Amino acid sequence: MTTVEPTSHPGAEPAVGVAPEEEGAHLTYEEHSDREYFKVAVILAVLTAMEVAASYLELGVLFIPLLIVLMVIKFALVVLFFMHLRHDARIFHFLFWSGLFLAVAVYVAALATFEFFLSS
Amino acid sequence: MADVTLPAAGVAAAAPAEHEPGPAHVEHGPVDSHGTTGLSNNKLAMWLFLGSDCLLFGGLISTYMLYRGRTQNGPKPDQLYEIPFTSVSSFVLLMSSLTMVLAVSAARRHDHQRTRLWLVTTALLGATFIGGQVFEFTSFYREGLGFTTSLFGSSFYTLTGFHGAHVTLGIIMLLSLAAMTLRGRIPGDRAEVVELVGLYWHFVDIVWIVIFTLVYLIPA
Repeated sequence: MTTVEPTSHPGAEPAVGVAPEEEGAHLTYEEHSDREYFKVAVILAVLTAMEVAASYLELGVLFIPLLIVLMVIKFALVVLFFMHLRHDARIFHFLFWSGLFLAVAVYVAALATFEFFLSS
Repeated sequence: MADVTLPAAGVAAAAPAEHEPGPAHVEHGPVDSHGTTGLSNNKLAMWLFLGSDCLLFGGLISTYMLYRGRTQNGPKPDQLYEIPFTSVSSFVLLMSSLTMVLAVSAARRHDHQRTRLWLVTTALLGATFIGGQVFEFTSFYREGLGFTTSLFGSSFYTLTGFHGAHVTLGIIMLLSLAAMTLRGRIPGDRAEVVELVGLYWHFVDIVWIVIFTLVYLIPA
C-alpha cells in the first residue's frame, strides 16, 4: 500500500509514493485522483462482468468461492479508493471494519443457531 | 482551528490576569467541530453510522440467506430472478459511485458547477436503479410473490426494500445538496459536506455489491 498525502487536504501536493511523473507531472493532485477513480471504475466494471459471466458457466465447486472473492475485491476497492479509507484516520478503519466484522459474526451466529435447532 | 478568535496580544498584556477573557469569550465553532481528536466530528459520526448500518444489513442478509429456501407454495428464486436485468441495474449503481467520487473531487477543487453536475448525475443514476427495483418488485408480485407469500418473499422484500429506502434517502440528500450549493446555503466546509453524503452513497453501493452476489448470483 503506497503512502499518499491525505486527500482531505485540498490542494495538497502529491506525496512520496504517488510518482506523478508516471501519469504526467502537469496534472494536479485532484486530476491525478480523478484518473485513478476512472481506473478503479473500469476494474469494477470488469469484475462485475466476470461475476455475471461466471453465473452462466459451469464452474462446479469453484463457482461460489470465485464469486465471493470477486465480491470481496469489489467491496474493498470501493471502500479503500472511493471512500478514501486507505488515506484516512485509523479510527475510521476501526469503526467501519468492526461493524462489518460484527455483521459477519451475526450471520455466523444465526447460521450456527439454526443448525443447532435443525439437528436437535 | 485557524478560525479561533484569540484576544489581541496587546490587550492581553495590558489587562490584569484576573480580567483575562476566559474560555467563554472564545468562538468555539471550528474547534468543536473537530473535537480533541483533530478529526471532523461529522465524519466520525458518519463512519460510526456506517459501521452500525453494517449490522442492520448483516441481520437482513443473514435472515434472507437462512430463509431463501423456504418458498412454501410460492415461486422460487431461480424462477423469478432475471440476472441480465439485475446486472444492468447493478452496473448503473456501481457507476454512480464513480460520479459521486468525481463530485467529491470537484468540491475539493471548489469547482461548484461540476460538483452540482456530478451530484445530479449520481442522483439520476440512483433513480434509474430505483426504477429498476420498482419494475422488478412489480413483476415478482405479478408472478405470485407477495410480501407474505413465503418466508423467502418476506425476507427478500425486506432486505431489498431496506436497501431501496437507503438509495431513495441518498437521492434526496444528493438533490438537496445540489440545490443548497446552487443557493450557497451550505455552511462551513462545503467539500466535507459533499464527502459525507458521498460516504453514505458509497456504502449503499457496497451493500448492493454484497446483495447482488449473495442474493442474485449464488443460487439457493
